[in-house]
Amino acid sequence: MSKTLLLGDEAIAQAFIDAGGSAINSYPGTPSTQITEYVMKSKEAKEKGIVANWCANEKTALEASIGVAYSGKRAMTCMKHVGLNVCGDPFMNAAIIGTKGVLVVVADDPSMFSSQDEQDSRFYGHWAMIPMLEPSNQQEAYDMVFFGYELSEKLGTPILFRIPTRLAHSRAGVERRAALPQNPLSSPSDPKSFVLLPVNAKRLYRDLIDKQPAFNKSSEESGYNKYFEGTDKKMGIITTGIAFNYLMENYPGGKCPYPIVKVTQYPLPFNMINRLYDEVEQILVLEDGQPFVEELVKGFLGKGKKVMGRLDETIRRDGELNAEKVAKALGLPAQSGAPVPAVVTNRPPALCQGCPHTDSYTAVIEVMKKYEQGRVFGDIGCYTLGFNMGAINTTVCMGASITMAKGAAEMGIFPSLAVIGDGTFGHSGMTGLLDCVNEKANVVVIILDNDITAMTGGQPSSAHCKIYEICKGLGVEEEHIRTVVPLPKSHDEFVKILEEEVAYNGVSVIIPRRTCLVELKKHLKK
Amino acid sequence: MKKDIILCGVGGDGIVSVAKIISDAALSVGLNVKQSEIHGMSQRGGSVFSHLRISSEPIFADVIPEGKADIILSSEPMEALRYLPFLCPTGWIITNSAPFVNIKNYPDLGAVMAELKKVPHCVAFDANEIAKTVKARSNMVLLGAAAPYLDIEFGKLEEAIRNIFGRKGEDVVASNIAAIQAGRDAK
Repeated sequence: MSKTLLLGDEAIAQAFIDAGGSAINSYPGTPSTQITEYVMKSKEAKEKGIVANWCANEKTALEASIGVAYSGKRAMTCMKHVGLNVCGDPFMNAAIIGTKGVLVVVADDPSMFSSQDEQDSRFYGHWAMIPMLEPSNQQEAYDMVFFGYELSEKLGTPILFRIPTRLAHSRAGVERRAALPQNPLSSPSDPKSFVLLPVNAKRLYRDLIDKQPAFNKSSEESGYNKYFEGTDKKMGIITTGIAFNYLMENYPGGKCPYPIVKVTQYPLPFNMINRLYDEVEQILVLEDGQPFVEELVKGFLGKGKKVMGRLDETIRRDGELNAEKVAKALGLPAQSGAPVPAVVTNRPPALCQGCPHTDSYTAVIEVMKKYEQGRVFGDIGCYTLGFNMGAINTTVCMGASITMAKGAAEMGIFPSLAVIGDGTFGHSGMTGLLDCVNEKANVVVIILDNDITAMTGGQPSSAHCKIYEICKGLGVEEEHIRTVVPLPKSHDEFVKILEEEVAYNGVSVIIPRRTCLVELKKHLKK
Repeated sequence: MKKDIILCGVGGDGIVSVAKIISDAALSVGLNVKQSEIHGMSQRGGSVFSHLRISSEPIFADVIPEGKADIILSSEPMEALRYLPFLCPTGWIITNSAPFVNIKNYPDLGAVMAELKKVPHCVAFDANEIAKTVKARSNMVLLGAAAPYLDIEFGKLEEAIRNIFGRKGEDVVASNIAAIQAGRDAK
């Protein structure tokens, strides 16, 4: 079969379609978005009747996948690393259930290209005691989706499928396999396994513990973890996922003198690593992420042979791995071109020319100038870039604008403003607004409604065309739900509305609504 | 055969499309390809780049190590300089000389061009002007200018354009092909 040029994300999506996947339920988040998007746009997926949905958040998405699995079908849920925090509850419990046919694809973002932290999802998989897959390239990503479903159904466990930004957003030629049919609709073989009452959960947790040897056995025998012989026993190297490539980049022709254990499947292959430990004088661990494997191999006391990696900063602890960092750790000569000339200035990302958020922020800045104590609590989306305009004071996590504004208002911060986008409001803002209403918090919540989830490339927003009604339904008084069109010509009107609502002691919502320009251009083209 | 290419510019200027066309052409002649790009927040009008690696041998890393790039293809003169640490001593810069000024502190253009002149192998020309004459985007003109350095037959790039833009109609295909031809003949 000929090769198709696919992003790592797209390779996973195509494999999902080819491996008999029935439903993909996700929430967009860089760098995972293109997986679900690819399935949505795929003609094949449509012909096969595959369900592809953007859900309100990662939790609702993963729960839908557990429902798909309950029906005997193959499911996938994709998210960025911080999304795994949002669906931590169903994730941990899907593990206890032993949910078959579920792949949880999590794209981590080492170096935080488009994220607020660089947490490593493998700690979650380890914690949940389930197998994890971490492909080293696009072809493996494709193949391992097939393998993941087999493993999941054979051993009775969901699978955590971890990729970093560089694999998610890099293209390579991928060879496809013959497509598998979808599973027939069926009921769980053990219906009690989906009822996590303590009486069942205790038994199921024991089952999960008892499955561990089978997980380990697969890691040794599946062929995805490999032991490479080496002649120089002064050092042995463990690589995980794409770190293998950064190692090989330093040895033209792939001739690394040291023995290597290439890990792409977890739990860690005990026998292979034990063999490496016995054969070499010291170990170097290369992983694109936090020192997950390094900690496991080193142990708490760090006794025995020397284990090097990010913990001892042989490799800088923060930031993504690359070939240069690996070269340095191996003591190989560094190579670099000319330095960046001093004339080069930074060009940070900014809101687009004519973006509706700019008009909203211009009004916010003008009103807030009058209050020394006032604070604006921001959220996650394009509008986070308002920080560069001096418009917002905080950005923490999805939905935290409203709840932080409430907490601060109750401590006496006045005015206490929250700024949140329509997509993020649908994801995690509604419950926080209910808290505000219940406590009659003195906050002004500005819901920037640009009709879509803009930052990740224009996915539909779950609260689309429902924001006013949602706020009303949650108990915000109708006279304090205000709408405005954010345009330079309506600046004075916006300022007046904002001043009036700041003056009101209670919960106010202002909805500036104007379509995202990037999205508008796409529609005009069609 | 090995070509490591840094494509760079400013978010939204179409460098990712250029990377896709070269990748498609390379794959069609049986070469290995890896092409990485940046999405998300870093896209919004900020500096963007894509690493494109083409080789007859297996390619390992998705990104080009410093000091190893054979070509920097840039849609903007200052952005070309930003990636100098990646360029190998024998490498070429092919860049648009027309600046994209979306920041208040954009440096003096003369100083930028002076730095580019210091690079041993550099082709700088106004791709925007040429793009206007063929009614296409400047990214395609730049691709044409880079074509002689790619070690890929020109006809294969034209084919790739047909593959990628075919759905958008014959007019789009024709204007893009005219643009890469104009870029190739520009110097």
